[in-house]
Amino acid sequence: MSEELKNMNTSLNSFDGAENDPQYLLVVKNLKKYFPIKSSFFKKTIGNVKAVDGISFKIKRGTTMGLVGESGCGKSTVGKTILRLQDKTDGEVYFNGTEIFSLSKQELRKTRPDIQIIFQDPYSSLSPRLPIAEIIGEGVREHGIVPKEEHDEYISRIMKACGLQEYHKDRYPHEFSGGQRQRICIARALALNPDFILCDEPVSALDVSIQAQIINLLRDLQKEFGITYLFISHDLSVVEHISDTVGVMYLGSMVEYAPTEKVFAKPMHPYTQALISAIPVPDPDYKMDRVVLEGSIPSPANPPSGCKFHTRCSKCMEVCKYFNPDFVELEEDHFCACHLYNSPERQAELEAAIPQDK
Amino acid sequence: MANNEKKKGGSYISAKASRQISKFNRKLTKKLEKDRNDAGKDPALYTTKMKNPDNVVEFDNVCTYFFTDIGTVKAVDGVTFDVPKCSTVGVVGESGCGKSVTSLSLMQLLQRPTGQTVGGEIRFNTGDGNALNIVKTPTAKMQEIRGNRISMIFQEPMTSLNPVFRIGRQVNEVLELHHPEMTEEQIKARTLEMLELVGIANKEGVYNMYPHELSGGMRQRVMIAIALACTPELIIADEPTTALDVTIQAQILDLLRELKDKINSSIMLITHDLGVVANMADYVVVMYAGRVIEKGTADDIFHNPCHPYTIGLMKSKPVVGKKVEELYNIPGSVPNPVDMPNYCYFKDRCEMQCEHCSGQYPPEIKISDTHVVSCYRFFEQGEILGYPKSANVEEL
Repeated sequence: MSEELKNMNTSLNSFDGAENDPQYLLVVKNLKKYFPIKSSFFKKTIGNVKAVDGISFKIKRGTTMGLVGESGCGKSTVGKTILRLQDKTDGEVYFNGTEIFSLSKQELRKTRPDIQIIFQDPYSSLSPRLPIAEIIGEGVREHGIVPKEEHDEYISRIMKACGLQEYHKDRYPHEFSGGQRQRICIARALALNPDFILCDEPVSALDVSIQAQIINLLRDLQKEFGITYLFISHDLSVVEHISDTVGVMYLGSMVEYAPTEKVFAKPMHPYTQALISAIPVPDPDYKMDRVVLEGSIPSPANPPSGCKFHTRCSKCMEVCKYFNPDFVELEEDHFCACHLYNSPERQAELEAAIPQDK
Repeated sequence: MANNEKKKGGSYISAKASRQISKFNRKLTKKLEKDRNDAGKDPALYTTKMKNPDNVVEFDNVCTYFFTDIGTVKAVDGVTFDVPKCSTVGVVGESGCGKSVTSLSLMQLLQRPTGQTVGGEIRFNTGDGNALNIVKTPTAKMQEIRGNRISMIFQEPMTSLNPVFRIGRQVNEVLELHHPEMTEEQIKARTLEMLELVGIANKEGVYNMYPHELSGGMRQRVMIAIALACTPELIIADEPTTALDVTIQAQILDLLRELKDKINSSIMLITHDLGVVANMADYVVVMYAGRVIEKGTADDIFHNPCHPYTIGLMKSKPVVGKKVEELYNIPGSVPNPVDMPNYCYFKDRCEMQCEHCSGQYPPEIKISDTHVVSCYRFFEQGEILGYPKSANVEEL
């Protein structure tokens, strides 16, 4: 296998210089995050769990990007790494044109209010010992968002915007239902006047009718304050509803990335096709034309060679077993990593390079 | 604001009131336990007849209450529906609406003595023309039924498998208990057959594995193998796919549907996902705050939802391919289960109220052969089947 073929990975021309384009708030280029596997005795690194293995995307200001995939595909790791809650292994993350990982501790602290997060489980992400006003107001005071005398009024205003009442201020988290707790989490994030909120499965733990309330709230807040969201979820119907662009992840890699309408109307990658066809539709007459995926997701510590999806793919070809497909822009704004869409020349080139002895 | 003040008063009770409640609960639960033990001595007390012999299970005005220290929680209050033979009945509702408690009442797995089925009948078809009233059946008799004729698949496969025993042993256990006549070799052969049936390719390998070595989907398959080992007449699937990914969910649902036909059993599918129900169920029961508010065939419910809550539920779920600008959301929240209103439970959240709504809780109204709804909007249009009856706690 020639080196050249191996390294023809992501040729992302449209990402070059995107960090300097002011219409993009967040630009992620070839982000990698490996977790080392240590041997039990000498603590020597014997391998890596490639949780995130080369991911690129960009989010325009005031829009929402959805990130979907099965559990264990690295969605949440992407989120945490973007926020610099953990270190990256490789790649670049530009927020407002600055590289997040190049910031010093003081600078990072100044940037923190602009990047907020809403967690999945509203039960465990609120301190049980703090009253609501304190939960929401702690960050506001710490970062000096508003002058001291306006603090109280500001908290009330934020709570109102999130559908909480003023008399909730002195209550503790256990007195609230799941939906209301999620509102508190949203209020806490919103209070710091952020540009960007990472929503890590914010509605998965909630009931259907409460889910709708929270989704509507997130959308209203976006319209009012122009916040940008990265919405991580495994529920495709929710993602379709809320997102402007969608990225589909499989085993640490992005397999498809395009505007929402394109992904759902014309999914390109076989994995996306299978994922969309597996969503149960609430209509008993609907005949499912289902692409059934056999087996389950392979271990990210030992991913399959070539295209990571080839072990479960219904359209697997010989080349898929040896070469990782390029993540290319097939149509305008529609990125996909699959050998099915190779040009005939590229296909011939790859086929010729398949090792014969195997 | 005023509403909230009232709520606040409801959730804080004085020490005196609390003592009174616990005293009352102690006395009552003691009496109920005693009645239950007495009833178990005479088979005549717990054998009845099915209303319709084509049903596997009939719930008839079942009331399951929890006697807690803050008051009586009417988790299931006058629930009536049937599970016909060889069909799938989907029970839908939000968390806390009593769908799981309904299934636990059927299995007699309630946390006693706090939780008690205080009224109504659950008739289980024994096949010989008679029926068992599960509410009064003694534990010894129940043990012959549980896992053998009615089995259950739980939501979280990791917590329902024992981490310290191998998979093979856990499947064997069911067979050993219910088929003492089988030899060891027969049991092992049957276990392997079951594992193959649920689509585990490496059955010999999995037989000797521990649960932590399997993925979520595989564990759920093992759970299904355990549930189906004795070819039960009824499988209760309590949110069987909630903890799984979409792709795995599709696999498991396909498997359940296939196996149901293979062993001719019925499925009672408990879920909050309308999509799953539409795919699987023949009949749908919609529950809200401990009561059935609408029931009918899947076609009735999905093409002609009548109760405002069902309509709201349908509208509030985003559906792939149907773009809406704003999702509908049902205003307000579920009433406090300790202190239920005496009018329609949904009235305070309902946008289609009419003049009857402030009166008594609405009766079950039959609007077509299969479709029953509890809403006053249809009061003049259909045949009234009767009001759900709560058990009177003071009288017991």
